[in-house]
Amino acid sequence: MAPQQPVMPNGDGTYSLNLREEERALISAIVPDLRGLLADDPNDEMLTRLFPTARPDDPEAEAEFRGMVRDELVTKRLSRLDIVAELAEATVLDQEQLAAWMGAVNDLRLVLGTRLEVTEDDEYDDDPESDDPESVARSAYWYLGWLLEHLVEASASEL
Amino acid sequence: MTPPAAPVEIAPAGMSPAAPVEIAPSEVKQPTSDTDVRPDRPWKVIVWNDPINLMSYVTFVFQKLFGYSKEKATQLMLDVHYKGRAVVSDGPKEKAEMDVFRLHEHGLWATMEHDD
Repeated sequence: MAPQQPVMPNGDGTYSLNLREEERALISAIVPDLRGLLADDPNDEMLTRLFPTARPDDPEAEAEFRGMVRDELVTKRLSRLDIVAELAEATVLDQEQLAAWMGAVNDLRLVLGTRLEVTEDDEYDDDPESDDPESVARSAYWYLGWLLEHLVEASASEL
Repeated sequence: MTPPAAPVEIAPAGMSPAAPVEIAPSEVKQPTSDTDVRPDRPWKVIVWNDPINLMSYVTFVFQKLFGYSKEKATQLMLDVHYKGRAVVSDGPKEKAEMDVFRLHEHGLWATMEHDD
């Protein structure tokens, strides 16, 4: 039997979300971590990638831009994480919910990738003998990449 | 946590946090006379290479935000990936700011600069 795709468009504007229990458990475990970090300290350096510099040439213009967008970027991110937390057990998503999942999964990858100092040359390594102290975070990072590929594929099919 | 079965299909968009960013001067020359009525100088929105974002995701975001065809979005993504940056949109300052905001909302590393 072919493995089931994790995200499938149903053709009526909804999507099936076929995740295993351990996948849902992982997501339920890490979403609150990021939510807490974002709510408590959006300036934490682990979150750098979520708030890029728009005007590296002009600190004054950058400060002004940040002042305009920062709160809204935080609010939007928190709201996506809340949607995912509420729908961690969902088997059907509408378009808006799917977009929230995609945004939240990408944010989680950006933060994990920052923490793991991912480089362009990193490759997936599933060596159980590995003594990498970050092996759990690394597995989560690669898993989220795989899930994101499927979220993108399903979303792109409806463009 | 069981890792994905086929990790090889995950091609990170391989974007290195890169060399010192080269950006055009920020201060535009002030109009020298009242006859210069250009309302705003055109601004360019640039997306930079980074090691985390997936190539497919970057392409999708360009299609979704700017309405670009799959072909055009893919070409821009490849420019970001191989050349380190690509101009993804341009226009007046307010539009550029909105585009940068939406790109940041989607986790892409976007900046804006004057099109001098």
